[in-house]
Amino acid sequence: MTEAMAPAKEEGFQPSILAFCCNWCSYAGADLAGVSRLQYPVNVKVLRVMCSGRVDPYFVMRALELGADGVLITGCEIGDCHYISGNVKAKERFERLSKLLDQIGIGSERIRLEWISASDGIKFAELMEEFTEHITNLGPSPLKGSATGGV
Amino acid sequence: MSDEEGKIGAVMVVGGGIAGMQAALDLADTGYLVYVIDSSPSIGGAMAQLDKTFPTHDCAMCILSPKLVATGRHHNVKLMMASEIDAIEGEPGNFTVSVKRKARYVDEEKCTGCGLCTLRCPVEVRDEYNQGLKLRKAIYLKYPQAVPPVLTIDRDNCIGCGVCETQCVAGAINFSREEELVKVDIGSVILAPGFSGFDPGLKSEYGYGVFKNVLSSVELERMLSATGPYRGMVLRPSDGRMPKRMAFIQCVGSRDVQVGNPYCSSVCCMFAIKEAIIAKEHTPGLETHIFFMDMRAFGKEFDEYYIRAEEEHRVVFTRNTRVSSVSENPETNNLHLWYSEHGKMRREEYDIVVLSVGFDSPKDVEKLAEKLGIELNEHGFCQTDMFTPLDTSKPGIYVCGAFSSPKDIPDSVAQASGAACRAMSDIAGARGALVTAKEYPPEIDVSGQEPKVGVFVCHCGINIGGVLDVPSLAEYAKTLPNVVHAEDNLYTCSQDTQQRISEVVREKGLNRVVVASCTPRTHTTIFQNTLKEAGLNPYLFEMTNIRDQCSWVHMNDPERATEKGRTLIRMAVAKAALLEQLRPAEVEIVKSALVIGGGLSGMTAALELSKAGFDAHLVEKDSELGGLLRRIHYGLSGEDLQGFLKRLVKQVEDDDRIHVYTNAELKEVSGSVGNFTVVIDSEGEETETHQGVIIVATGGEEYEPTEYLYGKDPRVMTQLEFEEKLAKEGEIDAKCIVMVHCVGSRTAERPYCSRVCCTESVKNALRVKEMDPGIAIYSLFRDMRTYGFREEFYREAAEKGVVFVRFLEENEPVVRVDDQGRLEVIVLDDILQEELLINPDYLVLAAATLPARGNEELSRMLKVPLNSQGFFLEAHMKLRPLDFATDGIFLCGLAHLPKFFEENVSQACGAVSRALSILSQDTLEGEAIIAVVDESKCRGCGVCVDTCEFGAPSLKQLEDGRQVSHIDEALCKGCGSCSVNCCNKAISMGYFGTGQILSMIESCFPETETPPAEKEVAEVKEVTET
Ligand code: FES
Repeated sequence: MTEAMAPAKEEGFQPSILAFCCNWCSYAGADLAGVSRLQYPVNVKVLRVMCSGRVDPYFVMRALELGADGVLITGCEIGDCHYISGNVKAKERFERLSKLLDQIGIGSERIRLEWISASDGIKFAELMEEFTEHITNLGPSPLKGSATGGV
Repeated sequence: MSDEEGKIGAVMVVGGGIAGMQAALDLADTGYLVYVIDSSPSIGGAMAQLDKTFPTHDCAMCILSPKLVATGRHHNVKLMMASEIDAIEGEPGNFTVSVKRKARYVDEEKCTGCGLCTLRCPVEVRDEYNQGLKLRKAIYLKYPQAVPPVLTIDRDNCIGCGVCETQCVAGAINFSREEELVKVDIGSVILAPGFSGFDPGLKSEYGYGVFKNVLSSVELERMLSATGPYRGMVLRPSDGRMPKRMAFIQCVGSRDVQVGNPYCSSVCCMFAIKEAIIAKEHTPGLETHIFFMDMRAFGKEFDEYYIRAEEEHRVVFTRNTRVSSVSENPETNNLHLWYSEHGKMRREEYDIVVLSVGFDSPKDVEKLAEKLGIELNEHGFCQTDMFTPLDTSKPGIYVCGAFSSPKDIPDSVAQASGAACRAMSDIAGARGALVTAKEYPPEIDVSGQEPKVGVFVCHCGINIGGVLDVPSLAEYAKTLPNVVHAEDNLYTCSQDTQQRISEVVREKGLNRVVVASCTPRTHTTIFQNTLKEAGLNPYLFEMTNIRDQCSWVHMNDPERATEKGRTLIRMAVAKAALLEQLRPAEVEIVKSALVIGGGLSGMTAALELSKAGFDAHLVEKDSELGGLLRRIHYGLSGEDLQGFLKRLVKQVEDDDRIHVYTNAELKEVSGSVGNFTVVIDSEGEETETHQGVIIVATGGEEYEPTEYLYGKDPRVMTQLEFEEKLAKEGEIDAKCIVMVHCVGSRTAERPYCSRVCCTESVKNALRVKEMDPGIAIYSLFRDMRTYGFREEFYREAAEKGVVFVRFLEENEPVVRVDDQGRLEVIVLDDILQEELLINPDYLVLAAATLPARGNEELSRMLKVPLNSQGFFLEAHMKLRPLDFATDGIFLCGLAHLPKFFEENVSQACGAVSRALSILSQDTLEGEAIIAVVDESKCRGCGVCVDTCEFGAPSLKQLEDGRQVSHIDEALCKGCGSCSVNCCNKAISMGYFGTGQILSMIESCFPETETPPAEKEVAEVKEVTET
């Protein structure tokens, strides 16, 4: 990230974070965090898809463009995907997208791919906590408000 | 209600563990009413306690919970929890069972499972689910994901203070409930009560219950679980420190005549390996050490797992040992483990010692057996015989899972399906008699209408309403585009609110409904039904989770949680406006099955299909039916297998519904579930047939050894050849016989275990001893894998003087002919550390079982996978052992893995049960949420074809000559991967459409956010464009 682009750290900055969760594991993990009443920051909103393999990199770009300061993609552990290899595909796409984000100067550190099993409410809650803090430290996304309209 | 013969189309399944659930689901899907009864307040059984499963390390709850939900929600399954059988009368096809239902003091209809009551309950007691490592309340849910999600008051501990009653907004608490006796009419019974864990305290020499740091393997499992006592951390009970060294003692309560459990529990070896690896993963620097007698890695990919544990995970294995005792250093609470190695006593020190506890027969099973009139074996497990492994001694009552012998999850699941098949065959005529399809009003077509969204926001008692400002959320919803109605409800899922939703839909002409409440994973179907009742397509519904993922996790920040609630509702409304009506494709089912392979499995499958009323086309590559069974003459207890085979073949040939093709092979297979087109070449003649399902039962063959002078010296033969000789000649002229195990198995080239050969060797050795006790027999083995009750035959053989000599992989026996022309076998006995020289008259090789030769070609034709060894690979190693990932194709028998006669029978019946859930229907509803191709955008590049794991897309030619992608609606599972990979964005998904997801994203970040300074935007653009 270039000097000019690094946004000044705002006082009381509350990041906006979007998390894609797959229906079978990570969304279930998020539910379990709730059932166990684990507390985590409110900044994250979950968008449910059937599989992490449904997450089009374009969705991530669009979220960043529209004002997300960070985006999480979560799915089943490798080997556990309900559709066999959706998460493997998600991983490949994620790696490409990370490179792109680095190249264009937004920084791949604003996106994260994590596997969360249905019994790991704790991991989900901890991830929300940690990622929110991480994005808060990064400050607002340089892309914020740059949206020029949809596809 | 019953069919004309007085048979009742209902089945009672006793036990709601993984086996019971599988049996129930198969039956329910095939059109039978199922009552699942369990003494526990929830289903799930032992598997619900597991953290991970071997050998794949699947998270147990992840794979179990969809089954829990499916069982709990199935319209043909009735759960009777906290219940037991009191009496049974009647006959196969028509029983009446009295069931004693204990009071749970919570109304199952009213309880929403919110769990508020537990937060305030003042009584804390030992939590059995966590093996007492944690406490629970007197009003409790057995585990967080429990089904049914209904709480139970444990009256033994409840002090009756009534706090729960004041907390329960649903008014579900009812202290005046009493035990009741209900009568249920059913046609068959399936017993799946599982097992109980051996009480390690009985092995007092290991100090369980005395030394704090001695744990049972089940306690360790709970520790490893994220929902366990220490959130997945392993801590020493004595001081809460992380352990550095951990030892596992195997066979605690197994293979132990003294404690009365002479049998092998079959799963503990793999269970220990799994725990040893996972404990290392959870505890940095931990050393794990397993002390065992034989490593019984006889299942699919188990030996590979064992090797990986040793080589990659550095788990230390000490073989040949039965640990003699454990003592404690009272100062450090460290444990000293005493064992002998090569005759010398040794001592090692550990922080934690884990006892790998075996299986006992289920608790109180004698009472159950007496009531049902079934026989138990001497160990208290269900008595079965090899020909009918799924039948109890009483007609009409079937068995599956660990109750028939200790077994792991996939074997239990396969058996459960098998037992379902057997249970159905008694009442085939009553199929569908007791299940009624629900009638719905005709669907209103809303296409072309402006979206009119109704939003219902749930308080969930105070679960949501206690944190979020729910009325304000409903008010807010009214301001959103397309919303014509919004309201808040105390419980949106309650009967009366659902009624109300229906009314509002009609009154206000709603054509989209949004519910903001709990999780769509469990509640979507409830609301979709409400929509159907209101005449709307169920996919015009969207749900957002403001409880589990909002109010419950942001309890201390009500204001911002409410703000988040607004965003979530905004996103749901945005998606709802774009929702479209979806109708799952319907496929007509051809009522006939193709069975590939005419051995024991294939013939059993064909016969069971016929009993269920369906045609079977049985394809056998040889000129005769029978497969490998033609070469096996007797069972472990001397059963006459050739006589059995003759009867079986005759039964098959006499059956009008079975069409046998010999000297036959498949030429071509196309189509998909419900209607496969198959070309069979038999005796040089080609036939084209249509089949609804396919069962792969291709069997296996015996390895032809290249080792140990086989083929070069006539005195060297395989076990099958030797068995043939014994059977034909009825005697044997010899003074000494040597048997070598693992010939061609567990080698670098073939790393798997052939599972049956240890027992085969024991069987033939016993046979020889019976003919002439004077013949010396040496059995040279690596690990003796006589699992389950087979262990007793191993002991018997040893008692009868068969000498078992262990050799290590690196010290394979040497075989040659000495200068006097005698066979000479030299082997290093690993236990005695002595070299033995034996001159046998015969050398018998336990040769590996190989996959059938044609598997590879068949796998290509059917587009189903093989594993690296050439056996077919099922859809899921744990929970779908008989299914392929491709719908409508199933597998059983040696095609899956080498296995015993009775296991083949179980699997064949199981594969039929799986197949019947399809064949029993006239049409099959596919997934509604599937990929859709926009043909005008598609360029026919075929990327989607390569992306799909299920073979759903293919390329087709349009009239104008263009190639475009075509999705087979019956095969698409709706994951959406193809949509992402599509270069031209020509594929979208139903219900998770690109436009729908984008509109959610857009509404997640409304313009109200402060836009960054103009300058910055300009800069960003510059960067993104370069
Ligand atoms: S279903 Fe969870 S990642 Fe595919």
